[in-house]
Amino acid sequence: MSTRESGSWKKIVPLWIYLVFLLLPIYWLVNMSFKTNTEILGGLTLFPQDFTWANYKVIFTDESWYSGYINSLYYVCLNTVISLSVALPAAYAFSRYRFLGDKHLFFWLLTNRMAPPAVFLLPFFQLYSSIGLFDTHIAVALAHCLFNVPLAVWILEGFMSGVPKEIDETAYIDGYSFPKFFAKIFIPLIGSGIGVTAFFCFMFSWVELLLARTLTSVNAKPIAAVMTRTVSASGIDWGVLAAAGVLTILPGMLVIWFVRNHVVKGFALGRV
Amino acid sequence: MAEIRLQNLAHSYSATPSGPEDYAIREMSHIWEQGGAYALLGPSGCGKSTLLNIISGLLSPSEGKVMFDSTVVNDMSPEQRNIAQVFQFPVVYDTMTVYDNLAFPLRNQGMDEKKIQIKVGEIADVLDLQPLLKKKAKNLTADEKQKVSMGRGLVRDDVSAILFDEPLTVIDPHLKWKLRRKLKQIHEQFNITMVYVTHDQLEASTFADKIAVMYGGQIVQFGTPRELFEKPHHTFVGYFIGSPGMNLIDVTPQPGGVGFGDIHLPLSEGLQQRLAATQWSTLKVGIRPEFVHLWDGPYDDAMCAEVTYIEDLGTYKIITLKLAGQLLKVRVPEDKPLPQGQAWISFPGQWLMLYADDYLLEASPANEVPHE
Amino acid sequence: MSKVQNNKAWWLVMPVFLLVAFSAIIPMMTVVNYSVQDIFDQSSRYFVGTDWFRQVLQDPRLHDSLLRQFIYSACVLLIEIPLGIAIALTMPTKGRWSSLCLIVMTIPLLIPFNVVGTIWQIFGRGDIGLLGWFLNNVLGISYNYAANASDAWVTVLIIDVWHWTSLVALLAYSGLRAIPDVYYQAARIDRASSWAVFRHIQLPKMKSVLLIAVMLRFMDSFMIYTEPFVLTGGGPGNSTTFLSQTLTTMALGQFDLGPAAAFSLVYFLIILLVSWVFYTAMTHGEKN
Repeated sequence: MSTRESGSWKKIVPLWIYLVFLLLPIYWLVNMSFKTNTEILGGLTLFPQDFTWANYKVIFTDESWYSGYINSLYYVCLNTVISLSVALPAAYAFSRYRFLGDKHLFFWLLTNRMAPPAVFLLPFFQLYSSIGLFDTHIAVALAHCLFNVPLAVWILEGFMSGVPKEIDETAYIDGYSFPKFFAKIFIPLIGSGIGVTAFFCFMFSWVELLLARTLTSVNAKPIAAVMTRTVSASGIDWGVLAAAGVLTILPGMLVIWFVRNHVVKGFALGRV
Repeated sequence: MAEIRLQNLAHSYSATPSGPEDYAIREMSHIWEQGGAYALLGPSGCGKSTLLNIISGLLSPSEGKVMFDSTVVNDMSPEQRNIAQVFQFPVVYDTMTVYDNLAFPLRNQGMDEKKIQIKVGEIADVLDLQPLLKKKAKNLTADEKQKVSMGRGLVRDDVSAILFDEPLTVIDPHLKWKLRRKLKQIHEQFNITMVYVTHDQLEASTFADKIAVMYGGQIVQFGTPRELFEKPHHTFVGYFIGSPGMNLIDVTPQPGGVGFGDIHLPLSEGLQQRLAATQWSTLKVGIRPEFVHLWDGPYDDAMCAEVTYIEDLGTYKIITLKLAGQLLKVRVPEDKPLPQGQAWISFPGQWLMLYADDYLLEASPANEVPHE
Repeated sequence: MSKVQNNKAWWLVMPVFLLVAFSAIIPMMTVVNYSVQDIFDQSSRYFVGTDWFRQVLQDPRLHDSLLRQFIYSACVLLIEIPLGIAIALTMPTKGRWSSLCLIVMTIPLLIPFNVVGTIWQIFGRGDIGLLGWFLNNVLGISYNYAANASDAWVTVLIIDVWHWTSLVALLAYSGLRAIPDVYYQAARIDRASSWAVFRHIQLPKMKSVLLIAVMLRFMDSFMIYTEPFVLTGGGPGNSTTFLSQTLTTMALGQFDLGPAAAFSLVYFLIILLVSWVFYTAMTHGEKN
């Protein structure tokens, strides 16, 4: 055993405290989601005395509930696909070429990441309404491109710069056309980069509420907006609210599980 | 410290090794004596870096003992051993100046600043780092960084051995020889044990008094460059040392010696007896291209070979011959007349080596390297 | 890498440019448009020049909000950056525990902002929340984020730490992983203490990822909206009303379009300016 492992308990304890800190509120939410409202309001119990699936049933059977999830997933996936497709060629250009205005363009792209969504609320509302895209999934997907595309270009460019230009040149000598080279040779090489980018695009689009709520009303209503429904005249439906919350965490967990290896490798290899 | 002793040392990176392939270092015992300049030579993956890390304490061996004089140091961390190590990749502390880099190990020991100044100045002189002392370490060139790395090893006065892990790999060729000479100078000046790991035989022979050749996790021969050249104990040593390497031909035993194709090679009585008494699965003979005797014309006892290719390399030539279906090379000085079409050669008995399972067989077994 | 000069590369960049221009330039033009006009309805608009800007810059509501926002972002950075680095130093680097650790840490990052608010809204209540109940009934500390301004502040900060520290930790972790082993080995040979290793090897090598972490956390904390809004609605009073909320209230009440637009521009400019300051300060002395 390497002599470096000694003293590791000093590291483990703070780490465990932090992880427990992270998990505690989530555990509480999950706990609540399996209780009836009576039990919730009746007193504090660490585990459901009266275990029930009822809250989840409400969400899975009520169309206005589950459509919220579907809508959200839909525009997030749309956004990820759009962001990746436009960012890939652009990142390639930034990585391999110098062109007129390239530095300024790159910097301008980054400043869009710094734009507060609140600033764009009204203009977006007016813009998308005027072109008839209000309350559509594509509207939200496009709106999220504002901050996801610059991020995607930035991350991908970092990864692409790690691939030597000689590979491109060799491919051309071997007779590959640009699209074929890009698809068959280049993309596999930056696999983890694409994984990391997709992860971030998914993440920032899935969690964003302000723009998603402003640009939708009925058809493309995201789950976040639907969750406000639990407030009614008879008080807050805590059980259903909690269940709805738990269900919003699940897609995220799935995504992390699938890309877990890529993300760390990607983090380490790329510019991030 | 008078010596570094490795006793029954073996190391496997896997927790449950099942066979020899799982071992990076197969059981070996070896002594490095105080003050020597040693090279550890071998191809990539033969276990050289592993061995070095075991000696310095960065790695704890899974079996066996490492002893400094008579103290077992297996459980001592690198901080507790008085050994310095220079790595392949120049390691400098970017945020500090060259001076602070060199002073770092001394400050960690709690040495007094005045003494540090003297020591650092001394080492800076030896390595020609004086003009760079105030420069930030991250602005240096690769060879300057490597000199700083070496300097950090030399600056400690409690150090009794310095280990070098292929330190000149990243250096430009025209600066390599300068640094090599510098290292040799330092060795003479400070009389510290130095173990220098490399895969370059030229580097090894110019630096070291004695070279340990490593192959497949074992030290297969330990000797002066000359010994390695004239009498390789292992086919790998024969192949690796010399340019080009030793000719190796598979042979089968025949009455009076060994042979291949229609060629018979007589062996001495003693060697024949040794061969008969040994278990083996592969049998080879080896002879260096330099030692193949090329006759000027046909000669009774000489073998006739077909000339297939001649390379002229300036001060010498390499002739590739085909003898009974086997290719071998002969190295001749430039003024030697070249054979046309056919050549007559013989293998002088003193230079013809016999290898059973890749290990040298000798008439008197006392000289042989023990192996499984 | 040596890049080739080729203006045809613009074709590759065109889709991004068009998309972001559509999402950014057009709306921006609208904002600028509104910021210099007084709009009563579609037919009566008057150019008012810098009136709205002057009004906005003198508005005490905005001053309060801005101050609160700066304090908030400062607290966020001061807590999350060191904490994130510290966590990254404790994270295991290989094996099952490593994957598990990464996954748990990433979970808060993937929760929609409103759900984050909801989780803590529930968690912090005295009647149905574990934390609220624990503080009030077990430790005897009176805690009510809805009624007490400092409780609200502390809660909002803790939510942010809970939510975002993992990002800093993951970035720092990746920076640490990128350090070749050789540096640690050399430091051991040099008998460096763990503090010296941190100061001279780890911290310098993490500089570029830390820059990203600082910039992202500054920008995002400065733009924060949903979490505090869900938790306290900006209250009690306006003790937790930050800039985005102030702006949103202004913008969605239609009569204040002009000032809202002017404020938007000021807001955006502040972020750009401070980001630029951070960037220059942190890359000062670096020669590429």
